[in-house]
Amino acid sequence: MKIVKITTALAFAGMSVMGAASVSQAATLADVQAAGVLKCGINTGLPGFAYTNDAGEWIGFDAAYCKALAAAVLGDPDAVEYHNLTGANRFPALSSGEIDALSRNTTWTFSRDVDLGFTFVGVIYYDGQGFIGRKSLGISSATELDGASVCIQTGTTTELNLADFFRSNGISYEPVPIETNEEARVAYLAERCDVYTTDASGLAATKSTFEDPENHMVFPEIVSKEPLGPLVRQGDDEWADIARWTLNVLINAEELGVTQANVRSMAEGTNNPEINRMLGSEGSLGAYLGLRADWAVDVIAAVGNYAELFERYLGVNTALGLARGQNALYKDGGILYAPPMR
Amino acid sequence: MTDTQKSESSSGSIWTNERARGIVSQVLLVGGVIAVVWFLVSNTNTNLEKVGLELGFGFLADQAFFEINQNLIEYSSTSTFGRALLVGLLNTLLVSVLGIITATIVGFVMGVLRLSSNWMVSRMAGVYVEGIRNVPLLLQIIFWWTILSGLPRVANSLSIGNAIYLNNRGVRFPAPVMEPGMGFVIVTAIIGLMVAMIISGWATRRRVATGQGFPIIWINLLLIFMFPVLLFLMLGRPLSFDMPVPGRFNFSGGINITPELVALWWALTLYTGSFIAETVRAGILAVSRGQTEAAYALGLPPGLTMRKVVIPQALRVIVPPLTSQYLNLTKNSSLAIVVGYQDLVSVGNTVLNQSGHSIEIVAIWLVVYLSLSLATSAFMNWYNSRIALVEQ
Repeated sequence: MKIVKITTALAFAGMSVMGAASVSQAATLADVQAAGVLKCGINTGLPGFAYTNDAGEWIGFDAAYCKALAAAVLGDPDAVEYHNLTGANRFPALSSGEIDALSRNTTWTFSRDVDLGFTFVGVIYYDGQGFIGRKSLGISSATELDGASVCIQTGTTTELNLADFFRSNGISYEPVPIETNEEARVAYLAERCDVYTTDASGLAATKSTFEDPENHMVFPEIVSKEPLGPLVRQGDDEWADIARWTLNVLINAEELGVTQANVRSMAEGTNNPEINRMLGSEGSLGAYLGLRADWAVDVIAAVGNYAELFERYLGVNTALGLARGQNALYKDGGILYAPPMR
Repeated sequence: MTDTQKSESSSGSIWTNERARGIVSQVLLVGGVIAVVWFLVSNTNTNLEKVGLELGFGFLADQAFFEINQNLIEYSSTSTFGRALLVGLLNTLLVSVLGIITATIVGFVMGVLRLSSNWMVSRMAGVYVEGIRNVPLLLQIIFWWTILSGLPRVANSLSIGNAIYLNNRGVRFPAPVMEPGMGFVIVTAIIGLMVAMIISGWATRRRVATGQGFPIIWINLLLIFMFPVLLFLMLGRPLSFDMPVPGRFNFSGGINITPELVALWWALTLYTGSFIAETVRAGILAVSRGQTEAAYALGLPPGLTMRKVVIPQALRVIVPPLTSQYLNLTKNSSLAIVVGYQDLVSVGNTVLNQSGHSIEIVAIWLVVYLSLSLATSAFMNWYNSRIALVEQ
């Protein structure tokens, strides 16, 4: 056992050379403020969530959360160092301290939250796993896929959902494991597999890049719950609170009608005490977090509220063309609901 | 290093004693290595404790919940992580063994052809060697996979006698199914093979001792094939085939060889084969010209000269570098992940993701590849010593 421990420790030592040498556990806030930059993990490239614009800057729904967090902590939304991570190396990167927060369409699951030692700070996007296939297959439901070849990205929860779905329906399939979304797209278009499965938002993103999107369809079945959210290391509650309430501010701002355009004028004081507390003109919420009184103003001024983010990167006017659906506010028929600012 | 340099200028008695100096510098070196290792281990343990992670292999008994598309042993999503890794290991071994066999054949043929006196043949072999070994293996794997994905789609599969089907999801052919009694046939064949080996050993010894021949080929053919075939017919052909049947999306039944396996196998074969070809050429050139001339003078034809005189001597030069090519091939098979062939690394990655035990998985990878390499080396060293020149 001792030998085993030493070997495994050696293996880790090798890996930690790539990452940061020291893991600072308690004071992430102090570390980030001292460094003057937030190290934030995002996808290696997923339309809508993390992609580069013409200027070569990383933008997208997930990247915007990083900006919001940097604005909250440092007052500067551009003080972000993006780390592009694959499904496989995202968790080691976070636990080794290579990044301060992970915002990479990551599903909140029991084992990740509890066993891996992370804290999910909320849900930024309610997703679910779906299937995309050619219309020429002549089927209308994923339950008719008995014997099909299914392209799937390895190292994600989708692999488990897929096995569960086919097992519970008593049908069989041939898994075709692929490393990245881009390779999966190539394999699917070459008809190496009949259907491709990933989160429904990812399917929309991938479909938007096809030359003939009209010949493909996303099947109606959503076979899993995929609450995607940002996460931080477990054990630093102060930092987790900051990350959690940055997300809540985005959602509450939509509910309270605070937008990127009007946040500066509203920050001078309104007749709604909830807005005043959030934006810091009344009360001392910022001080409780160890931040400036107007931290939330910086967040909203930097990226806008949740609705603005969604419309900018994922909404019906983008290539992805996603409807709000479950991701609408609870008032509007969705399930998005943030605790109050008081 | 600096200690030994310093020692020359100082005049203490210990520094003037070469032996003592050697011991001191070795002790310092070992101490340094131990200190570095200790630092790495303790640093890791401290950091792991800080993050609250526990090391341990208990998770290997947990249920895997994911599928693997090529399993040589029984496996399903209800199996354990440990079994998933075993399936991955077997897939690694499969492609490595296949690759080693074919790369050796390709390498020997190309190495010999490169020395051919026929200008065309030797240049063709030269183009193969230089072309293949100077292109990164990763690109070659992707190249073959891309080529194979251009094969006909499932609906237009090429078929040989409605038994073998070829499409861009692989080659599917009938799977033999053993029925009761087939076991006897196989056992008979194995016993026949063992007896045949004993007889051929005895025949060789007798020929060396007495010069008398023995119709070894006919006797052994009888032993290995006749009896099993007779038994097979007597038992009423206890073997059937599971034929591929077209289904809605895919063929079902039979055995499917995936394009991922083939792409990886071909790429490994051609790439490693080009290095082996050079090794073989070097080995043959290392045998002095006089040996060939002596063989010709004795009246041996060129083919026999190559087989009985040149190659046995060349092997002594070829085998040690050949070992490292075999090791390279096995280790390179971990590039499987780019085409989604589920080898040990690919499956390990999935297990790592699902279980989160990255340190343990990386440790398993290291230990497995190290063991595979050491086992290959041990075998090749044994073989090398067997063919080594016996000096008297």
